[in-house]
Amino acid sequence: MSDLPLHPLAIDVGQVLQRTVTSLYAHLVTRPTGRAVRMAIETRLESAGVRSLSLIDLSEVTILDFSCADEVVAKLLQRYEDTTRHEVFFVFRGVHEPHRDQVEYVLERQGLVAVAETAPRTFELLGLRSDAEDRAWRSLEALRVVVPADPEGSLPDELGDGAFEELLRRRVAFRSPISGRVHALSHLVDHLL
Amino acid sequence: MNVVTVPSSLDQHTIDPFLDQAAAVEGARTLFDARHLRWVDPNGMVALLVAGSVAGRAQGTMPRLELPDSADVAGYLARMGFHEQAGSVFELGDRPGRKSAGPSDVLLEITRVSANVDVHAVVDRLQRGAGEILSSKLGYPSSSVVQFSVILSEVCQNIVEHAESDGWVAAQAYNWARRLGRFVVVIAVMDVGRGFRGSLADQHSARYGDRWGDVTALEAAFLHGLTRFPDSGRGQGIQQIRRQVQRWHGAISVRSGTARIAQVPPWDDTPPLVDHLAPFPGAQISIVLPAREA
Repeated sequence: MSDLPLHPLAIDVGQVLQRTVTSLYAHLVTRPTGRAVRMAIETRLESAGVRSLSLIDLSEVTILDFSCADEVVAKLLQRYEDTTRHEVFFVFRGVHEPHRDQVEYVLERQGLVAVAETAPRTFELLGLRSDAEDRAWRSLEALRVVVPADPEGSLPDELGDGAFEELLRRRVAFRSPISGRVHALSHLVDHLL
Repeated sequence: MNVVTVPSSLDQHTIDPFLDQAAAVEGARTLFDARHLRWVDPNGMVALLVAGSVAGRAQGTMPRLELPDSADVAGYLARMGFHEQAGSVFELGDRPGRKSAGPSDVLLEITRVSANVDVHAVVDRLQRGAGEILSSKLGYPSSSVVQFSVILSEVCQNIVEHAESDGWVAAQAYNWARRLGRFVVVIAVMDVGRGFRGSLADQHSARYGDRWGDVTALEAAFLHGLTRFPDSGRGQGIQQIRRQVQRWHGAISVRSGTARIAQVPPWDDTPPLVDHLAPFPGAQISIVLPAREA
């Protein structure tokens, strides 16, 4: 049995926009458009099993306004942040310079945090987080996978405090219920990129 | 017949007295006399449309507009698509001028905004050439068209979500050689809806008590991001517009009802707050983005 009981799901938001809302809309602007796209994504997530890892790909979106960033990023995270019935982990792809400001702002405003690919193959933790959480996340990102109960005691100091547990609680890191190993989300989406 | 004389120069510096004058007309049908108009920017053109709408609504009959004598101004109005929009607001005087086929610094012709589909249309249009103008005239990076589009999207959504009435948007680049020694882009977004005070009253007026009015409503939305929606994700549009305008060292001002509030950069001498204007419906937003200094 795999150490990673996660259903992987890659969702191209550009395609969702064109197929779900209307092919006439080329840009992710206006709140009703963002809401419709978010609901289409949620529908796809419903069929993804009780524990899933979703790569939400914004690469093909040219314009993303704040209203849509709030709907498609912040409200999507809020929808699943406290649900245990359906445990969803998110990585946002294509949060490059044109979208970054909008995504960062809505995350901070809503007190959320998310893993985002901000340049090709470069991942960052965006949103509202403490310095300790930031350090812990960077450390995990560098190691890709750690074993918290490692008898060799080789864990970096950054991963030894409560910040690490906070990353798990906020679902920006994944602990395998089988092995107990903790994975960086960027590592887990490698095969989806 | 009431006569509203359009000043010879109609831009963001002169629209308030003009709108005050339009707000005061009552009774008989109104004639807007623009024959002596010599200079008009997007603020002036959109202000003409909202003033005409308010007069028509108050009097139950379409006002008349005497178009400018100046061929240059008439041609410019035509280039901005003024006559197409004015036809639904005014009974027009002389036959409109023809659109110039030459190169243009128009980023966005006057566009009516009444639904979300119009916001999509505005953003679509901006992708067809606005980037080149922002880059060549203002020296902004080519990617700035994205942030520019986001600003326009958010500001137009204000009309759809808050005004409960139609509005217009327009944008154009100019050389402010004498005023600033640089090119600028002027954006005007105006509606004749219920205004900031009307939009916020149900949710927020009680906490302000006797202080509640156009000034407090504008301060609440413009400075503090208050909105009528309880959702914490709302109310960010105007805040983000202000933030981006500040990054580009631009100016933004909003008139609603009897007040105008502004975020003023060092190069501008606009007062940050003006009160006791004539009560005019809706919200009138003006944005000026200057070229980067060499």
